[in-house]
Amino acid sequence: MSFSISLIVNGSPCDVELDDPRVTLLDLLRERLQLTGTKKGCDRGQCGACTVIVDGRRINSCLALAVSHDGADLLTIEGVATGDRLHPVQAAFITHDGLQCGFCTPGQIMSAIGLIQEGHAADDPERVREGMSGNLCRCGAYAGITEAVLDATAAMALTDRRRSA
Amino acid sequence: MQWSAPRNDGPSQAAGNTTGNTFIMSDIQYVAPRTLDEAIGAYAAAGSAARILAGGTDLLVQMRSGAVKPGLIVDIKKIGEMTAIEETKDGGFRVGAAVSGMALHDHPRFGKVWPGVLEAINLIGSKQVQGRASAGGNLCNASPAGDSVPALVAAGAVVTVAGPQGRRELKVEEVPAGPGRTNLKPGEIVVAFTLLPRPKGASDAYLRMIPRTEMDIAVVGCGVNLTMKGGVCTDARVGLGAVAPTVLLVEAAAKALIGSKLDEKALEAAARACSAACRPIDDKRGTIVYRTKVAGVLLRRATAIAAKRAQER
Repeated sequence: MSFSISLIVNGSPCDVELDDPRVTLLDLLRERLQLTGTKKGCDRGQCGACTVIVDGRRINSCLALAVSHDGADLLTIEGVATGDRLHPVQAAFITHDGLQCGFCTPGQIMSAIGLIQEGHAADDPERVREGMSGNLCRCGAYAGITEAVLDATAAMALTDRRRSA
Repeated sequence: MQWSAPRNDGPSQAAGNTTGNTFIMSDIQYVAPRTLDEAIGAYAAAGSAARILAGGTDLLVQMRSGAVKPGLIVDIKKIGEMTAIEETKDGGFRVGAAVSGMALHDHPRFGKVWPGVLEAINLIGSKQVQGRASAGGNLCNASPAGDSVPALVAAGAVVTVAGPQGRRELKVEEVPAGPGRTNLKPGEIVVAFTLLPRPKGASDAYLRMIPRTEMDIAVVGCGVNLTMKGGVCTDARVGLGAVAPTVLLVEAAAKALIGSKLDEKALEAAARACSAACRPIDDKRGTIVYRTKVAGVLLRRATAIAAKRAQER
């Protein structure tokens, strides 16, 4: 016997059978759905490498049971670009060298997208650093990450203004 | 690695029924009831092997480290009452035990009325943890350093618990019994926090001391809740965390503030009362001497912030 859940992953409906209720969203994404862009760093909610957006909020997917997310809408790093066109946050990370080894980058980008959606980052580097404090980068690319988030926030605000104009 | 996802390489070991919300495996069950009565029934029946899942940000870490091996996980997030934020007509609040920090943060009114309680809850873990973690979980995890607890103690929040014998109400400070232990009876679940309506000129603040600026466990945490009238403090409550086996309500500190204009003499007396109440541990994050001193310092600083907010309300 198993337990079935339905999810929307990056816009596509997805039915999953679980044979253990302890499977985390992170393991579901990586091991079952082969979406390995989401990284497993500490697996205990401290590093942020596994950050995904669930129903509009960023969470640590390592601390979420898949079984309790029946009906949830997930956005992972695989779902943020539009075809070959990068998401503004992805583009900004490249422009500002917001990475070195790249392992934490998917989590950083998902967290940044969450932060920008929350609408508190604005143009204050200190708020960006606070808002991104749940994502560790052992290469120490923090300066570039902060610049990338500030830049992407401004770029997305501009796009929003153009759209509404 | 015990926690990697089971592969689809053979028949499942799971046995038992799946009625849509019950999942039974050889050693662990998961239920996500829609009603509180069902949750209490399942939780009480499973005895000490059961664990409540709210945000899961403590439980999953404890399970992975092997500290906790639940036979049953009762997910309470599908129960409406547990995730609701209700502002009563008289201006009070009722916050479901499983409401996440982010959901509370996004409420249009809560943070205006209870800024200290909100800032304390919003200090639990990272922003990603905030997307899941709840004040109910923080209270039941019963860490002496839980950030939301001193602020809720200062706020005079009342906790509604429900169990096999029905519902009862406790003061927040009555819930923790010691590190990792609560005074809840077998089968009892924390349902909601009730915060009373506030008079004009009342506000609160929470401060914690950590060696870093973010993402750390409180060395000392202090919540102050004040009512000011014409520059005089007419009511006060002080909660102190990480300085004793449980979060403390420091009545002597409140008494020193009440009736004063929060002058130096009153602040000094209240700070001394906080330091005197400390019975902390000595550990890598802070020595006994340091924590005891910082308790008084935080009382002064949190009082100043709460007083300023009270003036603006």
